Amino acid sequence: MTTTESRGFVGTPVRRREDPALLSGEARFVDDLVVSGALHFALVRSPVAHARIRSVDTTAAASMPGVVAVFTGAELAGDWLGPIPCAWPVTADMKNPPHYPLAVDEVCYAGDGVAVVVATSDALARDAAGSVVVDYEELPAVVDLEDASSDRALVHAALGTNRAYTWELIPDPDAVERAFAEAAHVVSERYIQQRLIPSAMEPRGVLAVPEPFGGNLTLYASTQTPHIVRVMVAATLGMPESKLRVVAPAVGGGFGSKIDVYAEDLLAVALARRLRRPVRWREERSENTQATIHGRGQVQHIELAADAEGRVQAVRVRLLADMGAYLQLVTPGVPLLGAFLYHGVYDIPAYSFSCTAVFTTTTPTDAYRGAGRPEATYAIERAMDALAAKTGIDPAELRRRNYIRAEQFPYASAAGLVFDSGNYHAGLDEALSVVRYDELRAEQADRRARGDRVQLGIGLSSYVEMCGLAPSRVLASLNYGAGGWEAATVRILPTGKVQVVTGSSPHGQGHETAWSQIVADELGVPMEDVEVLHGDTAVSPHGLDTYGSRSLSVGGTAVWLAGQRVLDKARAIAAHQLEAAEDDLEYTSGAFSVRGSPERSLPIQAIAFEAFTAHNLPDGMEANLEASISWDPPNFTFPSGTHVAVVEVDTETGAVRIRTYVAVDDCGNQINPLIVAGQVHGGVAQGVAQALFEEAVYDEAGNLLTSTLADYLVPSAADLPAYTLSSTVTPSPTNPLGVKGVGEAGTIASTPAVMNAVVDALRPRGVTDIVMPASPWRVWEALEASSGETDKEVGA
Amino acid sequence: MRYWIEAGQVTGRGASEKGVPMRVQVRVNGVEHEDEVEPRVLLVHYLREVVGLTGTNVGCDTSSCGACTVLLDGESVKSCTLLAAQADGHEVTTIEGLASPDGTLHPMQAAFREHHGLQCGYCTPGMVMAAVSLLAEHPSPTEAEVREGLEGNLCRCTGYHNIVKAVLAAAEAAPAPVGR
Repeated sequence: MTTTESRGFVGTPVRRREDPALLSGEARFVDDLVVSGALHFALVRSPVAHARIRSVDTTAAASMPGVVAVFTGAELAGDWLGPIPCAWPVTADMKNPPHYPLAVDEVCYAGDGVAVVVATSDALARDAAGSVVVDYEELPAVVDLEDASSDRALVHAALGTNRAYTWELIPDPDAVERAFAEAAHVVSERYIQQRLIPSAMEPRGVLAVPEPFGGNLTLYASTQTPHIVRVMVAATLGMPESKLRVVAPAVGGGFGSKIDVYAEDLLAVALARRLRRPVRWREERSENTQATIHGRGQVQHIELAADAEGRVQAVRVRLLADMGAYLQLVTPGVPLLGAFLYHGVYDIPAYSFSCTAVFTTTTPTDAYRGAGRPEATYAIERAMDALAAKTGIDPAELRRRNYIRAEQFPYASAAGLVFDSGNYHAGLDEALSVVRYDELRAEQADRRARGDRVQLGIGLSSYVEMCGLAPSRVLASLNYGAGGWEAATVRILPTGKVQVVTGSSPHGQGHETAWSQIVADELGVPMEDVEVLHGDTAVSPHGLDTYGSRSLSVGGTAVWLAGQRVLDKARAIAAHQLEAAEDDLEYTSGAFSVRGSPERSLPIQAIAFEAFTAHNLPDGMEANLEASISWDPPNFTFPSGTHVAVVEVDTETGAVRIRTYVAVDDCGNQINPLIVAGQVHGGVAQGVAQALFEEAVYDEAGNLLTSTLADYLVPSAADLPAYTLSSTVTPSPTNPLGVKGVGEAGTIASTPAVMNAVVDALRPRGVTDIVMPASPWRVWEALEASSGETDKEVGA
Repeated sequence: MRYWIEAGQVTGRGASEKGVPMRVQVRVNGVEHEDEVEPRVLLVHYLREVVGLTGTNVGCDTSSCGACTVLLDGESVKSCTLLAAQADGHEVTTIEGLASPDGTLHPMQAAFREHHGLQCGYCTPGMVMAAVSLLAEHPSPTEAEVREGLEGNLCRCTGYHNIVKAVLAAAEAAPAPVGR
């Protein structure tokens, strides 16, 4: 039996325990699971954006080799108790068109499912799917957001409009009007948040395995949300939830796209129940780009009213948000996750936000890394640079003047949030010092004066996000359909080994490592004695899964609190057996000892064995050393930071090269700095990708032109820079670990940093905006368009 | 990285009629395999579904992502760009064949772990195989050469920073290779 020093794992860059299985090919993703006798299914998907279905002829497909069954939408209509769920009806009058796993009368986007073929192999199922004959009567496509909002052509005729909802947050309209009337400077900007395709490297996949008797069924799914999928699939199919087990095995990335409950999840279970055979589906990349949700998709209008010193007195925002053809799980809520943050990190007293959501004949949108907050941060940070240009104040100085000051925390924002903690000036100072801001400005001035072909741009972005998706009561006030708690169990087994069960469901974030660090320190046991279990509703029946940078601040805190309860139990047992008062015991190095008599001591492992034998427990004590809790935090957490992008723009070719990228993030206390850095790197890369490379492009007929990774430019190592990271640490007071979350920070901060840098490089040439992605073509176009003003302003 | 045009010159023994199963003999991770496959079966599907080695992943259908990268006769190939038939008579190394039999990670695998060069791990087998091949060709690459050399392998989690670091560290640690 071991007694150990508390190793101080928390805060150190412990190497991940997840890695050996992933590095050796032993990890099992859904498509790696071997289940004998499993059938494969393939969907017949609409090749057109919008059409009435005249007929579906499955006879040829049904007689093809290996085909076991073919079903049309009409034939499966009776299997669904309700449509694919949307859990966030943001307003009472929100329009939510019914959306079934297979369309029956009408398809509303290219990729919409029409029929399903089940066969003995994936290849045979896909062969046969190609032989299903569908007669489509085409209807008008609606792709452009402003066009859609005009209701020129309707996506869902029965709704009578393309507008799903309008949601407003205007706490004091008079104050906003007054601020704009009295403003010395007003900027009014229009930005486009292009659609993005999340592109997790593992496409989705499902495998439904019915038990031989009794109707129980296990659904293996490449999902971020096994618990939510279980509730929703059971409810949608009208099957007892108790008979459904959902397992998320190794999951190859999600970035929000695997939060949803998808048609294929429901089809897998429905088909397995009908055929009484295991059935599976693996998503091809060209399906992933059309049948898995997209992100972003907004037209943003933002206005700032500032006084003569550049202090912003009001922000007014109007959004058009693209829902796509249907509302998926949290589609309508995505703009709301940003709605409170359009004032950014600035102390702005008057606030006005309004969002109108519209349907288009395109793939549904939903949460994509950052979900609403990258959009908000982009708008305010671009607008701050526009204000800096207008007032002639340096962008760093303008930010400094407007920041919420450290002494103002907890800060009650005009939008109605209470920011937990922060020190924005410290983050900016660190970023400017690391990047050598003054030297860069001098080099920039020099290049401008010389009329250098390659111009230097310096882009700042300060951000704050609301993370944790937490207090359930606050989520209720936003009409969110679930809570914000997280569950955890800590149990010490009779042999002294520790099991941690978390309701959070990792897919690359390293929970097994980080949670072990927390519990090993807390209990004073070796890390290798701590096992972390997750991603299986039979093992962790309670949970709300992983999204919104919530895993650590909500789920990790739940784990720590469960550990505290275990220690409380252990303390009672130790006090009883050591014949001492609980208050006289101290817990160090994994053992309780009587204060002043260190020889009277019981290690936690011995207490676990005592709990197991139950030979000598205090009256009323249960015979285990285990505790389960659910934790519902009192507030969101508010990570923050400042990023600086330094770019070189070739004014003849339009090529943009990121020369330096500095990220200073404050995610509160860090459990594992190695993992924190990895999250920032990956997040920054995705935000840079939005700025420079990626865009889901539809033609006017609603065809997705970027449906493969050959057309949709996920950047490679050769396209991206190395990153220089630093951090400040302002612990969150809203949880005992003092943590805030870091999963989305990089994505939120980097897009505006890069775009501000590109525009900064070209501002003397008259360029004030470039529509993302700032490809060489777009940059060149912007330069051409502004060349009229060029001559006047160069060298200014 | 060898591309399909070149690999296409690797002719399978005995051309087959369309759809008629054909016999292939492939040495995978040192073990001889002889199987009947449909002519249309890709090497990656052969490895995953016939040989039963699921470490090699499929991430796209346009040979863009590199998740399926393996070594063919010691050189990296995207196993979705080859038919199983084209590997007939050749030697394939997959991620499962990289570590020592006692489980000790290959220096490249160890470097990825040490430098946190993976998160979800889905691109990792292909990325590691591509990196092994890269160092075999260029034992002491610069950072830019590593980035260019891994251009055919996409990762969505790491932003590549730590992957590049891991490959440079592996190059640093490795003795200069003899031959090849």
